[in-house]
Amino acid sequence: MMRDITLGQYYPSNGILHRLDARIKVLLLIGVIILIFCTFNFYSLGVVALLVALSVILSKVPVNLYLKSMKAIILVILITSLLNLFYGTGEPLFEWWIFKVTADGIKNSIYVAVRIISLVMVSSSLTFTTSPTDLTDALERLMKPLSLLKIKTHEIAMMMTIALRFVPTLLEETDKIMSAQKARGADMESGNLIRRIKALIPILIPLFVSAFRRAYELAMAMECRCYQGGEGRTRMKQLHMSARDFIALGVLAVTTAGVVLCNIFL
Amino acid sequence: MDFIKAEHLFFYYEQEDEQQNNAVNVLRDVSLSVRKGEFLAIIGHNGSGKSTLSKHMNAILLPTGGRILVEDIDTQDEDRIYDVRRKVGLVLQNPDNQLVASIVEEDVAFGPENLGVEPEEIRRRVDNALKAVDMYEYRLHAPHKLSGGQKQRIAIAGILAMEPDCIVLDEPTAMLDPKGREEVISAVTKLNREQGITVVLITHNMDETVNCDRVVVMDKGRILTEGTPREVFSQVQLIRSHQLDVPQATELCAKLAACGLELSQLPLDTQECIDVLSEVLL
Repeated sequence: MMRDITLGQYYPSNGILHRLDARIKVLLLIGVIILIFCTFNFYSLGVVALLVALSVILSKVPVNLYLKSMKAIILVILITSLLNLFYGTGEPLFEWWIFKVTADGIKNSIYVAVRIISLVMVSSSLTFTTSPTDLTDALERLMKPLSLLKIKTHEIAMMMTIALRFVPTLLEETDKIMSAQKARGADMESGNLIRRIKALIPILIPLFVSAFRRAYELAMAMECRCYQGGEGRTRMKQLHMSARDFIALGVLAVTTAGVVLCNIFL
Repeated sequence: MDFIKAEHLFFYYEQEDEQQNNAVNVLRDVSLSVRKGEFLAIIGHNGSGKSTLSKHMNAILLPTGGRILVEDIDTQDEDRIYDVRRKVGLVLQNPDNQLVASIVEEDVAFGPENLGVEPEEIRRRVDNALKAVDMYEYRLHAPHKLSGGQKQRIAIAGILAMEPDCIVLDEPTAMLDPKGREEVISAVTKLNREQGITVVLITHNMDETVNCDRVVVMDKGRILTEGTPREVFSQVQLIRSHQLDVPQATELCAKLAACGLELSQLPLDTQECIDVLSEVLL
């Protein structure tokens, strides 16, 4: 059951988004997120929503996967838009007790809902179309300017890579420890919440001990392979920008212009 | 020519408790040389110091006494530590804990990337290394979905991609099933025969040592005996008195000889055993 967890939810396919340079995709995502928060009327919001819809279609990932990722936050969307419904100012459309619904409130709640949905959709389209390794690689390169501020960008990326590498290994280990504890009579499926949390202790302790042992050995193995940090390191896979990456940037630029125009003139 | 030369090596682990000053020497006056291109096996039971010795060969551990030279570089020379590690690659016991990346070929590329090799050259090395251990078709797989033997071969490829002159394997088969063992040993043998890479195999499985050039037997931090597999395993009494086994075929024939059967020689593997016995019986 635990092995079903797919990391980063990468969905292999050969859509246009899959073939874009990972760095560009990260930049695009940041751009779109900023755009989403810079929409001040329905027209500009519509333009952004159109772009998000386009990325969902171009990703060639089944739409129900997107809907699945929405499921987790549907409650958040409902609550925030409900709250916004009652926080409007202006002439109330109708009133009940302390609740006042105004046209402004309705407008706000639609804004919030569309914004959150767009955010989730566009972030999902990045994780669906980019393998975890490409993603960490892209982040390392994009963070490079931060190394001027003495931030250890290479080390951060290395940690992400190792974490991703060891998630399945540790999950497998958790499975094994659980079976071993069950074989010794541990009861993990009954009792109230507190009791179940307590039942996790005999699983977590061996897991941590073994994780530390693994870390020690991994460090030794990395030393054996001449790891000396990011300095002087080269990469086998070079990221290449191609025409489609520039087209993608162009699309973002056009959308930005559209949003700005809608904000000013409509 | 001596590739690795250990001279009167002593080693003990630092004790955390200073009052309890009973630091046990793990290595006691070990002198050993590894010749270029040979296949050397080091055997010994748990606590004999064989793993500790292997970690001295690429400067993961530094001796507390004596010295160890790798192509005339002293491993205690801090400036040249990476030269030593580039020449002598170490493969550890647990394959899971040696793989860094979540894609096979990227993991193999880790070593050469650390050495600052050009991208095209890394590509060439990675492909060659994966082909050398017969794992090329798995280059895009995730390591956690492979078998133990396959993972260990990836770990070997990862070392191989650094193009070392010598590979030291510290009990590479201890966590594997018989099939995985077979895969790893034949991959290592092939590297030694076809590419002339010096191999130092640390093991406690005697049957893995019969095809190597030289066997060193360690016990309690000392070298007990060394020689060709035939020389070493013919000393059945000595080996057994130190809680070590000899290959099964040797043991069988040694027992038969003890019962008075006259054999021409002590065999090392099954085929030799058949030959020796049929000589007597037919």
